[in-house]
Amino acid sequence: MFAFFSRRLVQAVLVMLVISVIAFSIQDNLGDPLRELVGQSVSEAERQSLRNQMGLNDPFFVQYWRFFKKALLGDLGTSYFFKRPALDVILDKLPATLELVFGTTLIVILFSVPIGVFAAIYPKQWFLRLVMGMSIIGISIPVFLTAIMSIYIFSVELGWLPSFGRGETVELYGWTVGFLTRDGLMHLILPCTALSSIMLPLFIRLIRAEMMEVLESEYIRFAWAKGLTRRRIWFLHALKNTLLPVITVGGLQIGTLIAFTILTETVFQWPGMGFLFLEAVNRVDTPLIVAYLIVVGLIFVIANTIVDLIYGLVNPTVRLARSHPEGE
Amino acid sequence: MALLEVRNLDVTFASWGGNLVALRDVSFSLEPGERLGIVGESGAGKSVAAFAILNLISRPGYISGGEILFEGQDLTQLSPQEMRSIRGNRISMIFQDPMMTLNPVLTVGVQMTEVLHAHREISAEEARSRALQTLTRVHISSPEKRFDQYPHELSGGMRQRVVIATALLTESSLIIADEPTTALDVTIQAEIMDLLLELCELNNVGLILITHDLSVISQVSQHAIVMYAGRVVEAGPIWEIVNNAQHPYTQGLIGALPQQTTPGKRLNQIRGVMPSLSNIPEGCAFNPRCQLVMEVCRTSVPTYTNIGSTRVACHAAGSAQTGNPLSLEHNKT
Repeated sequence: MFAFFSRRLVQAVLVMLVISVIAFSIQDNLGDPLRELVGQSVSEAERQSLRNQMGLNDPFFVQYWRFFKKALLGDLGTSYFFKRPALDVILDKLPATLELVFGTTLIVILFSVPIGVFAAIYPKQWFLRLVMGMSIIGISIPVFLTAIMSIYIFSVELGWLPSFGRGETVELYGWTVGFLTRDGLMHLILPCTALSSIMLPLFIRLIRAEMMEVLESEYIRFAWAKGLTRRRIWFLHALKNTLLPVITVGGLQIGTLIAFTILTETVFQWPGMGFLFLEAVNRVDTPLIVAYLIVVGLIFVIANTIVDLIYGLVNPTVRLARSHPEGE
Repeated sequence: MALLEVRNLDVTFASWGGNLVALRDVSFSLEPGERLGIVGESGAGKSVAAFAILNLISRPGYISGGEILFEGQDLTQLSPQEMRSIRGNRISMIFQDPMMTLNPVLTVGVQMTEVLHAHREISAEEARSRALQTLTRVHISSPEKRFDQYPHELSGGMRQRVVIATALLTESSLIIADEPTTALDVTIQAEIMDLLLELCELNNVGLILITHDLSVISQVSQHAIVMYAGRVVEAGPIWEIVNNAQHPYTQGLIGALPQQTTPGKRLNQIRGVMPSLSNIPEGCAFNPRCQLVMEVCRTSVPTYTNIGSTRVACHAAGSAQTGNPLSLEHNKT
């Protein structure tokens, strides 16, 4: 377990290093930060001296090294717009985004597993067939369209749910959270549903396909021949094998989910990191953009490491390094 | 009373292009503690017959006729719940490939004890000690260690021992073994077969052994049935079938055994292939491959004739042509 963990840790550090180089290297191509930073009246000579002063004229690697040393100490630069450390600005918005991501993950897990499993067990049942048909539509429609449509239906026409913002939030261990108040929960429903509109159908289809394959396998047939109950065969023997590939895909999809939060947060005016990122891009707030990419990269790497560890717990063959098959 | 009596069993697979008959009019019976072999090539319907007994034919197959009397009870009439209480409890199965039979994500112990929990009110410790005892009976060394291991940590032979132990846990009166040694290393095939036999004999358990290898059956079982294209073509005591085969197909199977060939010569084979279910020839299904084919074979299905203690479905059976022992010459052309 320790060897496995330390190997994953080295990988994670390497990935973070690559992300930081890429993130840092795109900052030169995003436009002139000076234009946003200073007014029209500042002369070109003054701009040049300001650039020198900020180190923007130094070679790339000199700039990167300076950035790297600071980054190790948790300093990812200062936002041009907010005039505050970029990391602090992002961390302020992190709870909102994580809330969105967790809410979505919860929806995906709660619905995809039972629907996928039953769709595999009863492939001809009309309701489950309907769901499978709808899942194709769900996968095909882009998130921003789902989001706008759901705002139109549930906020504008029916007036059931709020269309923007987080609503009422409370402090919890220094984090602002919305899911503890009724108003906050109401505000979560639409963004989470919109965000899960692609992930949920994807997982339903994935679980169904995997489960159907597993149900045809010899060990399931043997389980029937042993006279086990249907419940035990479906939800222990079959489900555990079904979830192995699903966990792997799930880990990868966490990254996609965070990427989709940019769209969802923008449509719902959700005060999270994604919304912040889009604003930062508009303002050419390069330190903030770089910091966002690094924070998201870090979340991605941590999530994948956790998924790998869970996979190791579920799949006994992953622990092969410890014990070998013993012959007769 | 016979332990198992299968009467006129029909199995059909429903498909878009019409129903396919996988088993037709299959009958055989088994006394308590008796061993019966079912022989035939791939596609003859051996496995379907075995799974039909436990009503475990994969969809879209179903039993479309006949009776399966197990200890006097017709299994085809049981509710799913009643059928479940028979499976693994009164009738156990051993599958072909032990690499595929055991669930990769559950430990040996879980997969063994769950059978006991499914059929008995039994505590976890009691189930564990029963499982450990049975593992010892199938000659697995350090059963305590194996109990907590996963299938991938065991060799193929050891896994098949675990499967056999699982079949013995509940003291079933019938074990159906579907090619139990085919997937194993040649060196341990005999070992596993001997173990299976010994345990069946010791506990007076009936055994249905399905194989394509007549030589295995001739060493193991008392009776045998030979299947071709979903029908029983010959049935009788094993020594009769091996020494005095009546049906040309059985003769061909015996002729195809490597033991029947002089070393250095090419092995004999039955020409042609088993017809697919959708394309079974008219008349006797074997007629396109048969050396003794007559006009009547192409039009009418042969009925059973009793010759000595064997029952054979062949138009030529009993007539002078088959009187002589099998001629191997025909295959050498």
